[in-house]
Amino acid sequence: MAVTQADVIHVAELARLALPAERLDHLVSELNGILAHMDVLEKTDTSAIDSNVSVPVDSTPLRSDSSGPLPMLTSRESFAPSIRDGFFIVPRLATHEDAAADTAP
Amino acid sequence: MTQGKYEMVVGLEVHVQLKTRSKAFCGCSTRFGDPPNTNTCPICLALPGALPVLNEKAVELAARAALALGCTLHPVSVFARKNYFYPDLPKGYQISQFDKPLATAGSVKVDVGDGEKSIGVTRVHMEEDAGKSLHDRYPSATAIDLNRAGVPLIEIVSEPDMRSSKEAGAYLRTLRQILQYLAVSDVSMEEGSLRVDANVSARPVGQKELGTKTEMKNMNSFSGVERALEYEFARQCALLDRGEQVSQQTLLWDAAKGEARVSRTKEGSHDYRYFPEPDLLPLVLHSEWLAGIKASVPELPADRKKRFTDEYKLGNEDIEKLTALPLLSDYFEAAARISGEPKGAANWVMGDVQAAINASGVPISEFRVRPADLGQLIKLVADGLVSRSAAKVIFGQMVETGKPAAQIAHDLSLVQVGDDGAITGWIDEVLAEHPEEAKRYLAGEKKLQGVLVGFVMKKSAGKADPKRVNQLLTSRAGAG
Repeated sequence: MAVTQADVIHVAELARLALPAERLDHLVSELNGILAHMDVLEKTDTSAIDSNVSVPVDSTPLRSDSSGPLPMLTSRESFAPSIRDGFFIVPRLATHEDAAADTAP
Repeated sequence: MTQGKYEMVVGLEVHVQLKTRSKAFCGCSTRFGDPPNTNTCPICLALPGALPVLNEKAVELAARAALALGCTLHPVSVFARKNYFYPDLPKGYQISQFDKPLATAGSVKVDVGDGEKSIGVTRVHMEEDAGKSLHDRYPSATAIDLNRAGVPLIEIVSEPDMRSSKEAGAYLRTLRQILQYLAVSDVSMEEGSLRVDANVSARPVGQKELGTKTEMKNMNSFSGVERALEYEFARQCALLDRGEQVSQQTLLWDAAKGEARVSRTKEGSHDYRYFPEPDLLPLVLHSEWLAGIKASVPELPADRKKRFTDEYKLGNEDIEKLTALPLLSDYFEAAARISGEPKGAANWVMGDVQAAINASGVPISEFRVRPADLGQLIKLVADGLVSRSAAKVIFGQMVETGKPAAQIAHDLSLVQVGDDGAITGWIDEVLAEHPEEAKRYLAGEKKLQGVLVGFVMKKSAGKADPKRVNQLLTSRAGAG
């Protein structure tokens, strides 16, 4: 399966990445190189190996509901680019010029 | 527009916040309404190096819900990263489940008015919630509150089995009631602990192939879901009538305007670039653990309705009201068992008890009159020891003081007198004080009996047993 220029542009849009046109060919080639390596790996016969063979325990560890929060080593203000009334502030999204509360997917 | 030519097809995705104290993958509180971003930590803020650890209680509640919805619970399920970009998603991905969900293939039986319909449940999977974006708080900026980020959810995905907005509403109300009985969630749409996304499409009547669906979001009530579906179905029918195509997209419902606006072009699942969450091992459920969860599934609404019908011989309307909420239902049942008077208990619970709870504003679990006390009061009435009118007074005192019924009846001298000697004395006095009515009554004017009973009750200050008063008056008239 080869990656096309259209695929790279599409994925960049989903991740909101600004992609300079001059980098496009290089990225297509790089991603196809990765996929070509996957094709090689795929040829390995793993039918006799349990997919969880490397897993050291039989289930993901669980924690009690009563465990408390982890402490913050530094305040939220120290790493948030902008904070106001306790809210983290980001630029208004272009899709929400007519403002309302909402959450994506 | 000719909507009659088309059939509505609806599938619902219901997000339910699980009733845990802490978040899905960290120990932060899930409390609603706390100051913004106070319930956050390195894990739910996605600080570098922080790793998630799954909350055992969330798994337990999710499994209980899945079992109650008739799903097959899978011994191994896998968490996956759902990648998308949004400011209230700190990691840039949501931990969800994709190709190996917790449970699949269940169903919910729904009363759709003219019978019962089974709505398929495709899957129940676990995931974490995102934060909240407020776009209208500050000019030109979006305010982010991550208190909700990482709160545990289940997503209950239905089959596209509903054919009208009414069926969708009935499914949602049934689902909410089941979840209330399971005590796995607060299921409050106002607080966002239950959210509904509706997939709707229109197809010509008789056509098997599904039409292109749109997804409706942002409905804040079940009636809002019904209205949004009607709106969108009408819009799609109009498009099809004009020979145009429906585009697959997400629409945001505006309840105030009664219309929807396009949110964004719908992304396909491949756009989310799902892949197994490398920070979490597969979730493995052992058979003994599963047996414990199965045992914890309580009696569900449909079974309780049937049992109440068989056991207490109550009418459908009473049964619906008494089983609407699990705690109210438990309250009724305890009072009915203690008093041995199910009909009496039903009338008290649906009448005075609910009115007193509504007036006090306290939840039934904190209501001062416990069901055992109400049962004793009902028993006092049934045994003829207090009159119905006195029972109302006693109940009022029970609400205020929390004292037992018998003590209040004694303290207020409301215990009925069933002693023939005392009652006969009151009757004699009444007949002497009302000679005209007495003469007509003894001459056979039976309709005056009620008036005379009233006089006797007044004379006895409500203490005379009205049943015995009636009997003695009747025998007096027969003798006369």
